[in-house]
Amino acid sequence: MTKAKSAVRRKAFLAAFPYTIPIFAGFWFLGLVYGVYMNVSGFSFWYPMLMSLTVFGGSLEFFMVTMLLSTVAPLETLLLALMIQARHVFYGIAMLEKYRNLGWKRFYLYFALCDETFSLNYTLKVPVGIDRGWFYFSVSLLNHLYWFTGSTLGGILGSMINFNTQGLEFVMTALFVVIFLEQWSKEKKHYTAVAGFFASIVSLVAFGPESFLLPTMVIILLLLTLFRKPVEKAGGLTASISEGTVDP
Amino acid sequence: MMTVTERIITIAICAFATMFTRFLPFLVFPEKKPTPKYITYLGKALPSAIFAMLIVYCLRNVELVGGNNGIPEALAIIVTCALYFWRRQMLLPIAGGTISYMLLVQLVF
Repeated sequence: MTKAKSAVRRKAFLAAFPYTIPIFAGFWFLGLVYGVYMNVSGFSFWYPMLMSLTVFGGSLEFFMVTMLLSTVAPLETLLLALMIQARHVFYGIAMLEKYRNLGWKRFYLYFALCDETFSLNYTLKVPVGIDRGWFYFSVSLLNHLYWFTGSTLGGILGSMINFNTQGLEFVMTALFVVIFLEQWSKEKKHYTAVAGFFASIVSLVAFGPESFLLPTMVIILLLLTLFRKPVEKAGGLTASISEGTVDP
Repeated sequence: MMTVTERIITIAICAFATMFTRFLPFLVFPEKKPTPKYITYLGKALPSAIFAMLIVYCLRNVELVGGNNGIPEALAIIVTCALYFWRRQMLLPIAGGTISYMLLVQLVF
């Protein structure tokens, strides 16, 4: 690796880091809770460590504790996991343009495309003079690292941790609210945001908190397809690489 | 009770399923080929809807009737929005919203 190349990487890493601080708070908190949960469920810290490294998806990993404590059921596991993770398909569709022409790095970017990494990499403007690929890579890697270290630490420390951090989980809600507002202020018309709330709330009421994501996605897809003409006509949909305004 | 091998198989299946959902769009619409217009449209139209869905997902267990009636969540979201529109940056509204939520659930409710 030449000196110039490592300077490019370091600059991108330093530019990306401040944006990931809220994720650090959220992932360490949730990761610790998850690790402790695994520990008190009778698993060695190797399990949360391995799962955070390979699955890297909080909601599924929490759910897997129950799976791992029952009997082995490969097909059921596969279907449940696909259902819980189905929303990532949407993230990929939204990132097709931004993750274009990034060489080998793109495979890791695809792999690490969790809720929070998607939200950041979709919304953030890559600062001037910073390599786009390494910026996205740094955000993804840092988030992965936070989740991995948090859950491993939770698995090692187990119930020794005294939680006086009630309410800290709200950091993820606040992150998504800010990301949503950022997106909202970029759009002229807010049809798709309204469609998202409408679909989520209808599904939540109809299907309950544990199984409303899939119906929500179906309704969103239907609405966006049915109203494609008016949504496109209204304009203001942003997906180009240079857009985005938020500062850390 | 699962054996260690069965546990590893279960973890591998979940890792595979996750990777499948994350790689799928990039495999179906490779870089070298032009992406269908409908998919490009979805790529632009989906994010707002997804962010709305993620907010509702975070709040899915809030009890509107009974419990705290969702008051701490509503107040903390108002604080987050107000700080965002005041300064238009990221860390301040996230920190302010989270701290006010923690104070509300620990001290007030």
